[in-house]
Amino acid sequence: MDYSIKIGGEAGQGIQTIGSTLAQVFSKSGYHVFTHQDYESRVRGGHNFFQIRVSNNPIMASRDRIDILIALDKESVSLHEKELSESGLIIYDSSFLKQKHEQKHFLDIPFSNLAVEHGGNKIMANIVAVGAVLGMLGMKLDILQGIIKDTFKKKGEDVINANINSAVAGYNFALAECKRCSFTATPLANSKMLISGIEAIALGAISSGCKSYFAYPMTPSTGIMNYLASKEKEYGIIVEQAEDEIAAINMALGASFAGVRAMTGTSGGGFALMVEGISLAGITETPVVVALGQRPGPATGLPTRTEQGELLFVLHAGHGEFPRVIFTPGTPEQAFFLTNKAFDLAEKYQIPVFIIFDQYLADTQWTFNGFDLRKLTYTDYRLRGDKFKNLAEYKRHVFTDSGVSPLGIPGDSKHPVVTDSDEHSEEGHIIEDAETRIKMVEKRLLKKLPLIKQEIEPPFFYGNNKPEIVLAGFGSTYGVMKEAVDLLSLNMNIAMLHFTEVYPFPPMEKFDYLKILKDTKLTLCIENNATGQFERLFKAETGYTFTARINRYDGRPFLLEELTGVINVHIGRL
Amino acid sequence: MSTLEDYKGQTPAWCPGCGNFSILKTFKEALVELNLEPHQFTIVSGIGQGCKLPHYLKCNTFNGLHGRTLPVATGIRLANHEMLVFAVAGDGDCYGEGGNHFLHAMRRNINVKLFVHNNQIYGLTKGQASPTSMEGMITKNQPFGVFSEQLNPLALAVAMDCSFVARGFAGDTGYLKELMKAATLHRGFSLLDILQPCVTFNKINTYEWYKQRVYNIEPEHNPEDRIHAFKRALEWGDRIPVGIIYRKFRPILEERIPVIKDSPLVRQAFDMSRIENTLKEFY
Repeated sequence: MDYSIKIGGEAGQGIQTIGSTLAQVFSKSGYHVFTHQDYESRVRGGHNFFQIRVSNNPIMASRDRIDILIALDKESVSLHEKELSESGLIIYDSSFLKQKHEQKHFLDIPFSNLAVEHGGNKIMANIVAVGAVLGMLGMKLDILQGIIKDTFKKKGEDVINANINSAVAGYNFALAECKRCSFTATPLANSKMLISGIEAIALGAISSGCKSYFAYPMTPSTGIMNYLASKEKEYGIIVEQAEDEIAAINMALGASFAGVRAMTGTSGGGFALMVEGISLAGITETPVVVALGQRPGPATGLPTRTEQGELLFVLHAGHGEFPRVIFTPGTPEQAFFLTNKAFDLAEKYQIPVFIIFDQYLADTQWTFNGFDLRKLTYTDYRLRGDKFKNLAEYKRHVFTDSGVSPLGIPGDSKHPVVTDSDEHSEEGHIIEDAETRIKMVEKRLLKKLPLIKQEIEPPFFYGNNKPEIVLAGFGSTYGVMKEAVDLLSLNMNIAMLHFTEVYPFPPMEKFDYLKILKDTKLTLCIENNATGQFERLFKAETGYTFTARINRYDGRPFLLEELTGVINVHIGRL
Repeated sequence: MSTLEDYKGQTPAWCPGCGNFSILKTFKEALVELNLEPHQFTIVSGIGQGCKLPHYLKCNTFNGLHGRTLPVATGIRLANHEMLVFAVAGDGDCYGEGGNHFLHAMRRNINVKLFVHNNQIYGLTKGQASPTSMEGMITKNQPFGVFSEQLNPLALAVAMDCSFVARGFAGDTGYLKELMKAATLHRGFSLLDILQPCVTFNKINTYEWYKQRVYNIEPEHNPEDRIHAFKRALEWGDRIPVGIIYRKFRPILEERIPVIKDSPLVRQAFDMSRIENTLKEFY
């Protein structure tokens, strides 16, 4: 079983409600789910879709072909009819589309009438559609009923019953009328965890003791702020919406200086404003975690779409030389644990650490059996309380073997904590002399760098051990690359290298991935950008040039069949 | 009891005769009179001659970027609202580069004490016009004189309903000290704009120029009368009032945040045990 369901329509029609409810039903039923969204930068109208893939095997990418298309508007038919699989069906309400389709692959379901008839309000048309899909798949309704009860708990019995009746009406209609439905959904047990990339980053922050989040809303990063704000009270977190991104990063540095773990998040344009603050974090050695959700630029670009265009920007952001760490998770699980590692390294080495993601990873939902919380790290590296109070002497930027100086909490001791954006002495006061400058650069940068490099884990290697073809990439291409390897490995010796810890660039000591590439005939660097930024970083760090690269820069993610198609073209040229 | 000796810092690098010297000396005296010890407060400063001040006394210090004192100060207060936080900025720093933050700090009413060393010129970059430079002032970079109208920080602050608005003068340290103390003790965002001659670059707004114009606002002035305060804030030219112009008691941001009602964020331990339950919300 491996079905794809697409819900298409205008913004505001409830695509999100139908999609996320179905995804919940599937994950609670124990299936593996993968969802992705495509929407325009508008609140009403336009064309948007929500795509769900459901399977009894692990999945991590969207496919090109659709098995059930829920068309809420005419455009959904004209745009997506061609994506339908051989046994695929389009369900629609002819009263919405003002049009009747007689072909066999169409099924007219009166979502609106059934909603009025059984729920008393046409607003429940969406839940009729959800019921209909479950009917088409021959699944049970009990899980949906549970979700409805939870969702409308506060709205009372009547609302719950109206929604359940609507779902049943859609369900029964599909059972009775869908003569061509040949779907089979094998029942599974043990509900799965369903989580999006953006939720995983926010959850990772909470799980790392993040106490403060400062941001200015910007797609696709706003979800972090939304989630953290919903947990403010439970976890003792302050979420402050700053007046701009410059304020956001500086507030985060203030909070971090004062002694709490601090984070900010934004997209490329907002990050451009933060850049001076990143440099400030560098010289003041103030820990900070920055989540950057990429979307296509330059400038406003395509605000609600996806791209991997900021890797080199983040790598070079900030004037002057100072250490940094960059993570590029490819799955919600990786995002969760790398956010945890980001907080740990930021405080351990007193540096800015970046989590780069993109709209695609932010909005895609994945299923997992769970996250192993034992893998979380939490060490309080700060000098606080009596330990600081009883210290005979303290200098904020004291020279040490590791370059890391104790990070005192201002006010916990009689010793003032002093730092400066100017080059400074060990005490933190402005200096001009060359000797101190050299020692500070050594302390802040050169001594820390090799230690930080040791913290970096090698790339993920997957597939054939003696491959003829290797796919390489970073960040959100993980899922589609891995599925491509699975699909293509039936006919060839293929493997992949996926990088989630990209800076400092992973050393070869732990795993010699360069040797694998050098021994491989065809190496393809796959990136959601135009110029191959990762390929350039790779070359700069290792001297290695990939045989070829595959780039997509239309603001859309790679889909499985499309990617394997392009890979096959490259193989054909061998 | 703290003494002036407790506040001995680095040797200032200011020009001889600079108004910053008297501001620094007065600030130290105010701190002693308020019986504050160096570790009990933090100064956040920006970039400009005046912003070097925290290095010349002894205290917790975050000397940050040009224009960005208030966001850093806000972050510190949110993380630890038991820490007294001063923001020391200059006129270009706070009213130019950091203008947006100034507006929003007043809106938030974060309990930060903002002292602006206002010398109506850029000193550190050697003599360009600042937002508070008077119209017509000729500088190397404004050879035809300043075209833009002078920014009036006090009127702006009253318009923003800023919790505490005052003006001091570096040439009257006795009164300045009282204003510094009043600003420090006020519960709410406090702006103290300090007129300060730049002996090197500002040849118009000299000690003499100020001395002929500044006067202490009369004791009968009611700073809680906003309309009247706005009128007084608009006074500039032949007569320049010094003193507490406006005051409004309203809740500070820190006390409105439920999360830090019982203890500052920095004292709240991280409870990892809840995560397992939170994770269940995703099933």
